[in-house]
Amino acid sequence: MSIIETRNLNLYYGQHHALLDINVDIEENSITAFIGPSGCGKSTFLRTLNRMNDMIPNVKITGTVKVAGEDIYQSGVDVEILRKRVGMVFQQPNPFPKSIYDNITFGPKLHGVTNRHELDEIVEKSLKAAALWDEVKDVLKKPAYGLSGGQQQRLCIARALAVNPQILLMDEPTSALDPISTAKIEELLDELKETYTIVIVTHNMQQAARISDKTAFFLNGELVEYDATPVIFQNPSDKRTEDYITGRFG
Amino acid sequence: MVPGVLFSSSLITVLTTVGIVLVLLTETVAFFGEVSIIEFITSDRWTPQFADKHFGILPLLVGTMMITVIASLVALPIGLATAIYLSEYAPERVRKVVKPILEVLAGVPTIVYGYFALTFVTPLIRSLIPETSIYNALSASIVVGIMILPMVASLSEDAMLAVPRKLRDGAFALGATRFEVALKVVVPAALSGIIASFVLALSRAIGETMIVTIAAGALAQVTFNPLESVQTMTAFIVNISLGDVEPGSIESKSIFAVGMTLFVLTLTLNLIAQFISRRYKEEY
Ligand SMILES: Nc1ncnc2c1ncn2[C@@H]1O[C@H](COP(=O)(O)OP(=O)(O)O)[C@@H](O)[C@H]1O
Ligand SMILES: [Mg+2]
Repeated sequence: MSIIETRNLNLYYGQHHALLDINVDIEENSITAFIGPSGCGKSTFLRTLNRMNDMIPNVKITGTVKVAGEDIYQSGVDVEILRKRVGMVFQQPNPFPKSIYDNITFGPKLHGVTNRHELDEIVEKSLKAAALWDEVKDVLKKPAYGLSGGQQQRLCIARALAVNPQILLMDEPTSALDPISTAKIEELLDELKETYTIVIVTHNMQQAARISDKTAFFLNGELVEYDATPVIFQNPSDKRTEDYITGRFG
Repeated sequence: MVPGVLFSSSLITVLTTVGIVLVLLTETVAFFGEVSIIEFITSDRWTPQFADKHFGILPLLVGTMMITVIASLVALPIGLATAIYLSEYAPERVRKVVKPILEVLAGVPTIVYGYFALTFVTPLIRSLIPETSIYNALSASIVVGIMILPMVASLSEDAMLAVPRKLRDGAFALGATRFEVALKVVVPAALSGIIASFVLALSRAIGETMIVTIAAGALAQVTFNPLESVQTMTAFIVNISLGDVEPGSIESKSIFAVGMTLFVLTLTLNLIAQFISRRYKEEY
């Protein structure tokens, strides 16, 4: 069953037409990768799924985006609840300048969890899910900024998981990390897809090939091709996809 | 050549500061040669110009504190709210207009504020509460608050704008509202800058001279009723300096003792602020 469905989704930054008629269905409990050259609209598309584009002035969106059957651009949609359901991890690790513990509890507290015991449990569970628990369990009250880049990114994943989302959007989550940290996160994603639906933007085609079930190729705001990952990488039907994955441009 | 000029300039700055402190110190020491420090701290009468001279700093201290506290009650909350509005809510074009206005307001000569207090705010208060003195602490302190408000707003907003976008995005993505982002992410991250703006504002309120001289009166008394006249430390200094005091007289030395007290007060305030902002600083 598709947990995300976009229909004729268009997005304009002022006059600039950044997304053209995007139709995508995303499966539950799968990893979907979005690839394409820089500036083709991958991040923009990702942000339409949790309405993070709302914060950018002069953005206009047409078409529909359904998350679990609900049109998220309809009036009356509670954006805060939507973002709780559709978590996001960014390109640059962006922990808050607070302790590791406070980073994780930030989201749950927003959504009304106040019980100390319950918060402790959420912290442990989220950090374990993000494969960070063993490294930080003794320094939970220390500033998050003391962690390495890779640990900070896993902390951001844990922070996103702490509000119990269904979907996790990740915008080039490993592009600022070293290969070892990258490998750890890729391994982690494979476990997370048991519980969550993951949509990941990546600049790195090998990464898409390694971890995703389906891959979408974007070019100049258009969705060129969308198919099972092996098909995209071994037997693409569009010439432009083939050119891109064989490294002829991009 | 250039390093030489720059060095001399900084030397001049340092030397002037040292000079000022030295003069303050020697005159203050001379003052306490004639007046006991116990009287200065404990007496509740300040009457250097009367035949029956008393030198208790308390009335001036209370006057100064009352002005500062009421001014802060006006300026800090409104200033912070303005800063939050400008940095987190206002569209770009509103900010582009309001920000320069704040900066201009911060530069209006204080005498203008002083007459605003006396000719506008005081009559307004007296029409609401008729028993208010013509010269009263309330009017002066409200206007001191208005005077320091733009500074609080502008400096706090600078501190909040310096908080990276990605922190706000992180909070929005967790389902925070704009208000929650402002209160739980931006303000804490900008706290040391915000506290710095508060302290600067408080120091200006404590040191504010023109408004209180014009609107608060010249009655050195220990009172906690803002509808009465008070005298602040600064207003006393102006008052004495305008009269014909003989250099070397005890009245003239008292100016320096009061000046020294002001100096110590603002210095302490700055130290406390540094401590607070170091203690609660969120590094990003
Ligand atoms: N906030 C914005 N305002 C205006 N144009 C933007 C904004 N963000 C992105 N764009 C434009 O939209 C296009 C797609 O950008 P983006 O989604 O960031 O691409 P990608 O993530 O694939 O590199 C680019 O042409 C970019 O310049
Ligand atoms: Mg991008």
